[in-house]
Amino acid sequence: MTSSAALPLQRPAALPEPRLAGDLAIWFIVGIEMLTFGLMFIVFSVARLREPALFQAGQATLDLHLGAANTALLLTGSWAAVRGVLALRRDRMQAGVRWLWGAAALGVCFLVAKSLEYRAKMAAGHDLDSDTFWTLYYLLTGFHFLHVAAAVLFLAGVAWLAPRRGWAGGGDRTHVPETAAVFWHMVDLLWVVLFPLVYVLR
Amino acid sequence: MNDDKLRRRIDRLWWAMLAATALSWWIGEARAGAAPAWAIFAVFGLAFGKGLAIALEFMELRGAPAVWRRFVLGWLMVVLPIIVATHLAMR
Repeated sequence: MTSSAALPLQRPAALPEPRLAGDLAIWFIVGIEMLTFGLMFIVFSVARLREPALFQAGQATLDLHLGAANTALLLTGSWAAVRGVLALRRDRMQAGVRWLWGAAALGVCFLVAKSLEYRAKMAAGHDLDSDTFWTLYYLLTGFHFLHVAAAVLFLAGVAWLAPRRGWAGGGDRTHVPETAAVFWHMVDLLWVVLFPLVYVLR
Repeated sequence: MNDDKLRRRIDRLWWAMLAATALSWWIGEARAGAAPAWAIFAVFGLAFGKGLAIALEFMELRGAPAVWRRFVLGWLMVVLPIIVATHLAMR
């Protein structure tokens, strides 16, 4: 292989080198999760196409206000994580850690709201095996719920460890907080598609 | 981009995404029964916009190696049109 030596791939000096936020490993996880959720979204859409009356009845019982409030919680949590990473990069440890705790707290609010929604649905007699709609509803939102829970633990762990490990300042010192933030943003990104699919268009 | 500019940009995007969510909520609330085509395009168009903002700005894919940016944007450009197509087919 001599081609790489023959082709100098130098970028113009004005353009910064491409940089991937966070660890490469988290990006492979993000890739796998997005493919899995993408498939589940398509399965939900096709099942809805095949049984329109069933899905219409199921979706009509969902609370759009709660879905919208949950969207706002996740978007705000994602924003807080960005502000946290930016603060840590500027070596503002206290502010950065506060933002990350804030992001984790918003995630907890989402989990509480979603748990209440599950409880209400269960109480109304809608179980995992009630019909196709409820099976897919619980699988899709439940799988997402678990990802929110994992992201909350990740963010809280990073917020707790950051001052102890000195994860603030320039260069690679914010690598771990960035990695947690990338996972959290992915959870947000998935919900941004899930919200209109399950809650808005019914 | 300096720090202050970047923070202002992130804050503006956050507000824009909250506004987009409010608009989706309004579209969902304002009508009952089968969604008209405009509502389907509007709601998933807003989702696409939010997805772009999260991917390019929050996940910092704008300045990332092209392969990752293409993967995430490509995912949005494949998954959302398929969902829209199934919704349109139901009408």
